[in-house]
Amino acid sequence: MPTVSLSDFAPVEYAWAGVLFWLALGFSALFLQRLRGLLALIFPLGALGALGMAGVGLAALMGAGSAIVLPIGLPELPFHLRLDALSGLFLVLLGGAAFGVTLYASGYFRQLDTARLALMALWFHLFLAGMTTVLLADDAYAFMVAWEVMALSSYFLVTTDHDQPDIRRAGFLYLLIAHVGAVSLLLCFGVLQGGDIGQMQAYTFEYMRSAELAPFWASVAFLLALFGFGAKAGLVPMHVWLPEAHPAAPSPVSALMSGVMLKTAIYGLLRVTFDLINVQEGWWGTLALTLGLVTALYGVIFAAVQADMKRLLAWSSIENIGVILAGFGLTLIFYTDGKGALAALTLTALLYHALNHAFFKGLLFTGAGAVLHATGERNMDKLGGLMRVMPWTAWLTLIGALAIAGLPPLNGFVSEWLLLQAFLLTPGLNQPYLNMVIPVAAASVALAAALAAYVMVKFFGVTFLGVARSPAVAQAHEAGWRERLGMLWLAAGCVLLGLFPTQVIALLSPVVLQLTGQTLVNDGSWLMLAPVDAERASYAPLVFFAVVLVTLLLVFIWVRYAYHGRMRRADPWDCGYPEQDARMQDSAEGFGQPIRQIFDAFMRVERETPDPFDRHPRYRGDSRDKLWVLVYQPIANLAAWLSDRVGRLQHGRIQWYLIYSFATLIFLLVFVTR
Amino acid sequence: MNTGILLQIAQTLLAILLAPLLMGWVNQCRAWLQGRSAPPLIQPYRTLKKLFHKEAVIAHNASPLFRFAPYMIFACMALAAGLVPTLVNDLPFSPAADAIALVGVFALARVFLALAAMDIGTSFGTLGARREMLVSFLAEPALLMVFFTASLISHSTELPTIVETLAHKEFVIYPSMAFAAVAFWMVSTAENARIPVDNPTTHLELTMIHEAMILEYSARHLALIEWAVALKLFTYSALGIALFVPWGIAPHGDFAALPLAVLALLVKMILGGATLSFLEAISAKVRLFRAPEFLGTAFLLGVLGMLIHFLLEV
Repeated sequence: MPTVSLSDFAPVEYAWAGVLFWLALGFSALFLQRLRGLLALIFPLGALGALGMAGVGLAALMGAGSAIVLPIGLPELPFHLRLDALSGLFLVLLGGAAFGVTLYASGYFRQLDTARLALMALWFHLFLAGMTTVLLADDAYAFMVAWEVMALSSYFLVTTDHDQPDIRRAGFLYLLIAHVGAVSLLLCFGVLQGGDIGQMQAYTFEYMRSAELAPFWASVAFLLALFGFGAKAGLVPMHVWLPEAHPAAPSPVSALMSGVMLKTAIYGLLRVTFDLINVQEGWWGTLALTLGLVTALYGVIFAAVQADMKRLLAWSSIENIGVILAGFGLTLIFYTDGKGALAALTLTALLYHALNHAFFKGLLFTGAGAVLHATGERNMDKLGGLMRVMPWTAWLTLIGALAIAGLPPLNGFVSEWLLLQAFLLTPGLNQPYLNMVIPVAAASVALAAALAAYVMVKFFGVTFLGVARSPAVAQAHEAGWRERLGMLWLAAGCVLLGLFPTQVIALLSPVVLQLTGQTLVNDGSWLMLAPVDAERASYAPLVFFAVVLVTLLLVFIWVRYAYHGRMRRADPWDCGYPEQDARMQDSAEGFGQPIRQIFDAFMRVERETPDPFDRHPRYRGDSRDKLWVLVYQPIANLAAWLSDRVGRLQHGRIQWYLIYSFATLIFLLVFVTR
Repeated sequence: MNTGILLQIAQTLLAILLAPLLMGWVNQCRAWLQGRSAPPLIQPYRTLKKLFHKEAVIAHNASPLFRFAPYMIFACMALAAGLVPTLVNDLPFSPAADAIALVGVFALARVFLALAAMDIGTSFGTLGARREMLVSFLAEPALLMVFFTASLISHSTELPTIVETLAHKEFVIYPSMAFAAVAFWMVSTAENARIPVDNPTTHLELTMIHEAMILEYSARHLALIEWAVALKLFTYSALGIALFVPWGIAPHGDFAALPLAVLALLVKMILGGATLSFLEAISAKVRLFRAPEFLGTAFLLGVLGMLIHFLLEV
């Protein structure tokens, strides 16, 4: 598409203005350290910016695409920015989730001292600006710059409490994997520009769209993109940074990283695969589907055995990314098979799930953050009973937990339903072997969804229900009004995305049209979602919700009217056992124990069990990722070994160093003059 | 109000009212098979009446969730009963939710029950919740696989269309449905807390799954849960009938077929209840850690059913 010069106020310009606004907010925070009152305004203003960004995204979704070229960047390659439907959708996702999270952050960070608050505001808004620019970038250079801004600012956010060694270690791991991924992306863009090394213009996305790649190089580019974006998204086996970085980061940052940043990787993958590469191969889809399903199951199994609530949520993010990638793989399979309508359905499901995940994972991380703030405890084995002291946080988190568990009528169910429908439509595929794989894939998705419910019952039940497991927890306080407002926004998103799927799908349709060339046809009315055909499948969440509500009310009124509402409070019965205490409830470890037992082949379990004569019996169980030992430990050992060998070259004697330089010079001369 | 909605309400109310009767029938059959003198058929109604009249006793630390959950569970089960074609096919509420959504409704009720069980913070409550979720994480996908097999045959996840295809089109034997039927039986025993996965009449707390979760409930809350349990059994039976022996369910708008449909339902329910109690009487409860194996088998059978469909029936 040629670069169209549009009227003065195109959506992309508003979006860029929003980026500049966030940058200005971030940097002005550094100068406002003496004016605490003004400093407190930074986060609410940032939240307003996010809301505006969501509005710009909506405008871009409904209107035409727009592009600008900025006078910054390399001399021959200025920044190209472009806002089309795909970017617009992810802007809506970013703005919508970031509004709630930033509002929450304005309350969450209020107790930081001034210097730290200013730094936090700087990195936070830089992070938002970086993510937005990733979505807007229309050339490889701007993309990589924005990608790095995003990675580095989030690194500094993760290591906010850098005085703790664990957190520094988590941050390092994150930085390392982010950069291995970034190198892969750089190579990917190098392949995509098709060999015109001298030509800077070849690095614009516009050029890449028109470049004709041989199937082999297209596959190389896809694999590099899958690896690079997979490292950011948390695809197994590049997922190891997520369960480390998310617990280390402050909760609003975890919410943004998990809810939004992981989605920028999905955006990148969609952009490269469907927009920049012209030819797609069928096996890419099978590969992505397989990897996605492995990721989903791996993530959810490990989520079930965690005791740290933020680590549990991080593993659950890995699961959701796996589901999204499985959807991506299925889309590719349908797309390369010439089944445009089915590709449209699957793409809708995956985009819907990405949108949903931004809201419910944002909500769950902010909820976990509120608990952490109130109790100072991340370990679920020390929590419990918070429903009674923090009712707002508890009920709002419950909405998020039910949504992520895929229960109707909330939003998680809709995307899962669409994805399962897509699996059921596969018998039309031309490759028979795929027809056999698909049932297994559908079964894996169903299994992951059911396990997600297990995980969420554990997360909510152990944290918020039961009796407090440590005395500090009983004195917890409710989150402040700004935190509650932020969570309320995210919870409202979960409910509305669940109740109005037809409207959401109508919003998604320009993106689906842009990428697959077809839209999803809704056979139902505005109330009823019926992809493909109303005879085939339909779901009307609003009717569903209304009927549940009416039935609830009728039952309640009938019970009260026909009988009575008498109630007496007493001690818990517990089968008459008089000496129960908080430690007799299931711990987080205990609740996950069946899953650990069933899937212990995947885990490396370290256990410390007391013997009967211990005076102070202590039980410790730790389920660790086996891939860490199988994949990362050897790589780390190899790197250490290599650097040890290379280190022998350095012994501090100047004459040897001179000989090195001399030898290098001779070698290069031979090499150049040959 | 048009007849469709009236029929819908009538069918749902019928399910709600008849559910304890089915429970009574199953209990009676089982008592006979075990050589005990059976309680009267209407015993479940008497129990419910007694419970509703009692004063509710609730733990000091119970949260509002604990009191809300029984209503939610009952409403979910009533909804599920309204969704399954029991007497008449293609009722007006059925497009609101298909088979996958039905699984979701069951899951919603289950999650609320498990959460309510964890609310008081007693050892048996959390134990029950954990076990229930353990059983369901395999039972739920297995049930989905059963539905998937049926919907691959009928090209639809709408229960009315499935029933329409299986009952009112030409008679075809689907080998895949045989696998699905076995998987469905295994899932329904697990989901309805029957032997071999759970024992509804156990008095030994350590072996309980479902009963352990509702130990803290009393009076009207307990009554609602017990009623919901009966309704769940009824709905699962109706579901089994609709999927595997759907003949007799009246097509939409065919009032002449209605008396026959009632008769067919009664006969099938009586036979189904007797079969259930017979199968319970001849099997032993499995150890808890054998339950995942049992359900894993069900899950695999469901997947096999789908594969068989692709191999033999496409």
